[in-house]
Amino acid sequence: MDKRLSARDAVAQIEDGMTVGIGGWGPRRKPMALVREILRSDVKDLTVVAYGGADVGMLCAAGKVKKLVFAFVSLDFIPLEPYFRQARQSGAIEVMEIDEGMMLLGLRAAAWGLPFIPTAVGLGTDIINQNPDIKLVDSPYDDKEWVAMPALNLDVSLIHVDRADFRGVCQISGPDHYLDDWFARAAKTTIVSCDELVDTTFFADPARAREVFWERAATSAIVEIPGGAHPTSCNPLYGFDVAHFKAYNASAKDGGIESYLNTYLGADEAEYQRNVGGLDAIRALALPTY
Amino acid sequence: MSTAATDYTLAELCIVAAAEAFRHDGEVLATGIGVIPRLAASLAMKTFNPDLMMTDSEAFLLSEPNPLGKRPADFQQANETWMGFSRIFDNVWSGKRHAMLGPTQIDRFGQTNTSALGGTYQQPKVMMLGARGFPGNSICHANSFFVPGHNTRVFMDGECDFVSSIGYNPARLPRGRALDDVDIRRVVTNLCVMDFGGPNHQIRLLSLHPGVTVDEVQENTGYPIAVPADVPTTPAPTVEQLAIIADLDPHNQRAAQIADNPPGIRA
Repeated sequence: MDKRLSARDAVAQIEDGMTVGIGGWGPRRKPMALVREILRSDVKDLTVVAYGGADVGMLCAAGKVKKLVFAFVSLDFIPLEPYFRQARQSGAIEVMEIDEGMMLLGLRAAAWGLPFIPTAVGLGTDIINQNPDIKLVDSPYDDKEWVAMPALNLDVSLIHVDRADFRGVCQISGPDHYLDDWFARAAKTTIVSCDELVDTTFFADPARAREVFWERAATSAIVEIPGGAHPTSCNPLYGFDVAHFKAYNASAKDGGIESYLNTYLGADEAEYQRNVGGLDAIRALALPTY
Repeated sequence: MSTAATDYTLAELCIVAAAEAFRHDGEVLATGIGVIPRLAASLAMKTFNPDLMMTDSEAFLLSEPNPLGKRPADFQQANETWMGFSRIFDNVWSGKRHAMLGPTQIDRFGQTNTSALGGTYQQPKVMMLGARGFPGNSICHANSFFVPGHNTRVFMDGECDFVSSIGYNPARLPRGRALDDVDIRRVVTNLCVMDFGGPNHQIRLLSLHPGVTVDEVQENTGYPIAVPADVPTTPAPTVEQLAIIADLDPHNQRAAQIADNPPGIRA
């Protein structure tokens, strides 16, 4: 089955009001080219589930987000995400604020077809008080109360990987695949952008096959977008773009998201990449040191 | 075999005081978020608790802590196993971890806030990071805190605007659990070292940094502190400890962690 699609056709599957999961972590390996395609579209009223960075900030600022499911939104070296803050501080979005691990449990519950997974995480905190939809349950095996973390059922997930073949075998060779396997499994439709499209024989090497974290049946569409994680990192191919993030962060104070998008977004990814200095410049971005 | 140093910064004093939090932990993952907590955990692992485990702050567990900041091109970190974010949760939920973090608010119950200040929850005046992993950390394993600026905004009167982590608050105690299940260890600040070992888990003074008075700590804390009859001075770093800290922090990031980088012994 050939799952290759253009970015525009892939993102056109997202409808108003859908729940969209976004892989990656903060400023790391986010499917930013797919996010930009959402920014170019008319889709709105999304519920977004993410370990958030600029993906969340941009979607909030562009008025695409009705509700955000999050544990944090951060650019790491710039700790506070400027447009996410504006969205929260203006009361513009509904939120379901949860613990980082609760998000993993919610994705697992969705992937496994469970209504919830019990956990101690969240007990005694405002995660419970501020989320009327998260219930406490009794255990049939002890006298304690437990948090019933509900399934985070996703209509669509967006993920960026290093390499993929036309059938949706996806390789992440960087140090961490984050929770991307669970985002892929928790969604009805999983759209994956890749920096490089490879022949299926690429995965014959067992070392490479071990860098494939979900089966191709969990991948619905493959979009080849070299540099598609920019300005976030796609370790080991490129680091995150510190200068670009600083300009993005500064735009929140001066000019707003319109000025940022007018400067960079463009009509398509080719124009975006011209606006940020080209693919060679993206591929030359140094890897971060933690 | 150890010589107390006479010339050290307040940051270095805090690193050594914070390292003590990990001394008796045995074989757990020590997670220090931020320069001083990370150096504290690293110092503990390099000296009195070599059984500690530590990550590279990215995706591997190390048998030897990484120095902070840019490392030489030929630097090879001492990987022990893969430890990506999904696997971190397996460790957190097992309880074999001790984290030291710097929340924005710490109330008299030891509850903390990393998320939102003021306004309403729907529209906070100041939005911060979010709850992050604090809810899970606080119910699953030991936690310590580092506060570089000890004042009544951090140690505030009343309850946290948003409670990110469980503390010793009877009103929030989940059914079937005891306050003693909560495990808050040390609170290290630029003024002193505290814990929640006072009567009914009240915050308690353990030691004062050189030149700091009990009154100064109390004035900068929005709730009463239990003060033992005898409050020692926080022990000075040893010459050996300072050398290890310098090796772990070759770019001197520690100098930028406490306002004006004051000396450990007040002038």
